[in-house]
Amino acid sequence: MTELSTHHKFKITNVSRRGLLKGVAATGGLVLAAQWPAVRGALAAYPTGGDAMPNGVVSNPKVFVSIGGDGTVSIVAARAEMGNGAARTALPMMLADELEADWARVRVVQSPGDERTYGNQDTDGSRSVRHWIQPMRLCGASMRQMLETAAAKKWNVPESEVQAQLHEVVHKPSGRKLSFGDLAGDAAGLPVPAADKVKLKEASAFRYIGKGTIRIADLHDITTGKAVYGQDVMLPGMKFAVIARPPVVGGKVATLDSSAALKVPGVEKIVTLQPTPAPYKFAPLGGVAVIAKSTWAALKGREALKITWDDGPNKAYDSKAYRAQLEAAVKKPGKVERNVGDADKALASAARVITAEYYAPHIHHATMEPPAAAARINHGRWEVWAPVQSPGGARDDVAAALGVTTAEITLYPTLLGGGFGRKSKCDFAIEAALLSKNLGGAPVKVVWTREDDVRHGFYHTVTAERFEAGVDANKKVVAWRHRSAAPSIISTFVPDPKHPFDIELGMGWVDTPFDVPNIRMESGEAQSHVRIGWFRSVNNVAHAWSIQSFVAEMAHQLGKDPKDFLLELIGPDRIVDPRQQVTTPWWNYGEPFETFPIQTGRLRKVTEVAAQQAGWGKQLPKGQGLGIAAHRSFVTYIATVVHVEVGDKGKITIPRVDTAIDCGYCVHPERVRSQIEGAAVMGLTLAKYGAVTLKNGAIEQSNFNDYPLVRIDESPKETRVHIIEHGIEVPPSGVGEPGVPPFAPALCNAIFAATGKRIRQLPIGDQLA
Amino acid sequence: MANLRVNGQERAYDGDPSMPLLWYLRDELGLTGTKFGCGAALCGNCTVHLDGNAIRSCTTPMSAVTGKAVVTIEGLHPTGDHPVQVAWRDGGVPQCGYCQTGQIMQAAAMLAKKPAPTDAEITSTMAGNLCRCGCYQRIHTAIRAAAKGA
Repeated sequence: MTELSTHHKFKITNVSRRGLLKGVAATGGLVLAAQWPAVRGALAAYPTGGDAMPNGVVSNPKVFVSIGGDGTVSIVAARAEMGNGAARTALPMMLADELEADWARVRVVQSPGDERTYGNQDTDGSRSVRHWIQPMRLCGASMRQMLETAAAKKWNVPESEVQAQLHEVVHKPSGRKLSFGDLAGDAAGLPVPAADKVKLKEASAFRYIGKGTIRIADLHDITTGKAVYGQDVMLPGMKFAVIARPPVVGGKVATLDSSAALKVPGVEKIVTLQPTPAPYKFAPLGGVAVIAKSTWAALKGREALKITWDDGPNKAYDSKAYRAQLEAAVKKPGKVERNVGDADKALASAARVITAEYYAPHIHHATMEPPAAAARINHGRWEVWAPVQSPGGARDDVAAALGVTTAEITLYPTLLGGGFGRKSKCDFAIEAALLSKNLGGAPVKVVWTREDDVRHGFYHTVTAERFEAGVDANKKVVAWRHRSAAPSIISTFVPDPKHPFDIELGMGWVDTPFDVPNIRMESGEAQSHVRIGWFRSVNNVAHAWSIQSFVAEMAHQLGKDPKDFLLELIGPDRIVDPRQQVTTPWWNYGEPFETFPIQTGRLRKVTEVAAQQAGWGKQLPKGQGLGIAAHRSFVTYIATVVHVEVGDKGKITIPRVDTAIDCGYCVHPERVRSQIEGAAVMGLTLAKYGAVTLKNGAIEQSNFNDYPLVRIDESPKETRVHIIEHGIEVPPSGVGEPGVPPFAPALCNAIFAATGKRIRQLPIGDQLA
Repeated sequence: MANLRVNGQERAYDGDPSMPLLWYLRDELGLTGTKFGCGAALCGNCTVHLDGNAIRSCTTPMSAVTGKAVVTIEGLHPTGDHPVQVAWRDGGVPQCGYCQTGQIMQAAAMLAKKPAPTDAEITSTMAGNLCRCGCYQRIHTAIRAAAKGA
């Protein structure tokens, strides 16, 4: 096979993931031009936050695409695929479209973790499409022009006479054709054209972008059991390990008797892992590892361990007591986070003050695939396989834990059986590497059970939210005071500041776009006693739930329609700019304000579309109701209407959900629909069941019996997705996360409409019984 | 020594009879299409067919499969084109995909016994299979489509 870049010295043979895993020698090795200086910086159509991410974005086609002599186009997926279809489908699809490649002849190859070569790989924050649409298009268009140049040279004709069309280059006057495979070798020798010389397609010429017709890259493998996740990694001679971790974060082994465990057939070794002191970052918790010939033997061995724990500094953490602390914190003035006008004065002189408090507990990701990772030394190099959201970051962290340089490690990201933020944290990959090191580099896989997953996570924060709104004699809102207290994610990384940092503040709180003259937001003190992590949509979940619930509560008290009152608070079409009103510099999802301002007209529009599509205002039988919520997150605008039926014993049935989403230009409408459908289910789970509680510092839940997820028989019967259409001049925004936040408040508002019962604490649990 | 048949092939097993079938399939045979999700028959990710019935391999000990026929996702159809698999692809069901092999095995076993299930039968039969991505709406639609094509 003639490869595009066979003359390069530095090769990363990266054939199929499965080939690598099964130790098959490279067949038709894809050669990546990793020694070329990366062309950095995005196409300048509009700035995004992509350049500001660690290692930025890369738009060098020689990094991301190669063409074989048989015409096979290999496109590198450098980000992690956890199910939203961005990394391994939408991004390669955008490149392929600009390249004029036939998708049937494209194969997607997963890169190892290597941000210096591929740019930022941290798959998180609903950023993949919005940061990479321009680099991917530029890569594809550059390579298309190189193929056209190669053809023009071969035919000795002006470049203006040739055009790439569906895997061929055509000489328009004569009708002569050369296939991409025929041109690959010549094109490889050409320089990459300067970005300002690259002509992108008109949107009207797109074959795949915006159509929603391209199936996800791994669809066949997924439906036939061939797809490989972290749990599925099998290496020759591999050992299996499970770990007994301290039940309380910060705890350590006090006494250990492993004699019985060592007698379990198949158990080979017991290894004590040291805990890491706070701040914990992504470090493993320590504990006792059982290494065995099979997963089953390791599990039996772990059961036979006799361990007593020194529970450490967090052993008194108790969810009930902590709730009281948070609720006390929001009853008194806190740190001012945003101030407009004089809310205290306006509240004091208001005709009426409406007050409500809300509480939401810790929740856990419970990815369907529990964490797992494998590691070994192969021919003197470290190799690690892991389902991680940040392959480059995981590689750095594993290197630091092993005490070797990053260059000595190849980190192969597998598919992720769900991520949702849990697999941004690579503790499990570090565990595998440390155990392999203990075994002198022998291959070992660390398997997490569901109980390990539920008990040793990085939990979504717990929060108390208090609202006081002042209303004048004309029922117009004149003051808005919102206090929030929640332990911060940043406590996992630095000594606990006990107040939220910019990212948490920016997630649907200080950016609340309401048309109220006096606004004050204050954060209460909250110290963390577990590892707080980010869960899909992060602080937007509790912020949207409490704010949008409160809006509906106010509407009821003022005798107004909830949808009309929501629109009244959003106010007229305008751009809201909180930058001069906040204490901590405002975080706009890492995006430049000029590209992604807060546009209330777009929030109004999704609210109106969702309401209209749901038949807002229609008469419903007793025990049924509609609820609405709207929210901006990840620079996307979204509104959801839930139709609920509440049965005699509080049984919740959801006949229909209508969600309107404005995510800018929609690159893959079919996957957007799939994300929003799924977000309704996840939103229902967190509203109905989501609670992780702690007693004596330890998680009380363990598996799906006491940490239930919504099942198909209680799922919304139908989720209808209404996508606001835009041309490509409107930058795409986030999709993976925005669907979750509006669901819980829309549901709770619907429950109120159906029953008159207001939900002020999550989960709903048996509150309706 | 226990004998069983896996995807049409005779197998002999002489290990711990209490080991769940799941770990035999995955760790010993390398059939990783059968997934580990909970270890307690709560999520259905590990669903395989035992003599044609959908069972949870994570709680089925090897002692219970002697003389029986196990079919995993790898053996469901020689080219991966069982009507359920085809319907799953046509309907764009999966997101992360991890639970989908268990879902497909559950649906295939149901349709083999009941080629035209009602909506209520679909939801009650599939209620043991969790999907954290929330693909339930498409799962239901795909089963309807597969039932029509079967």
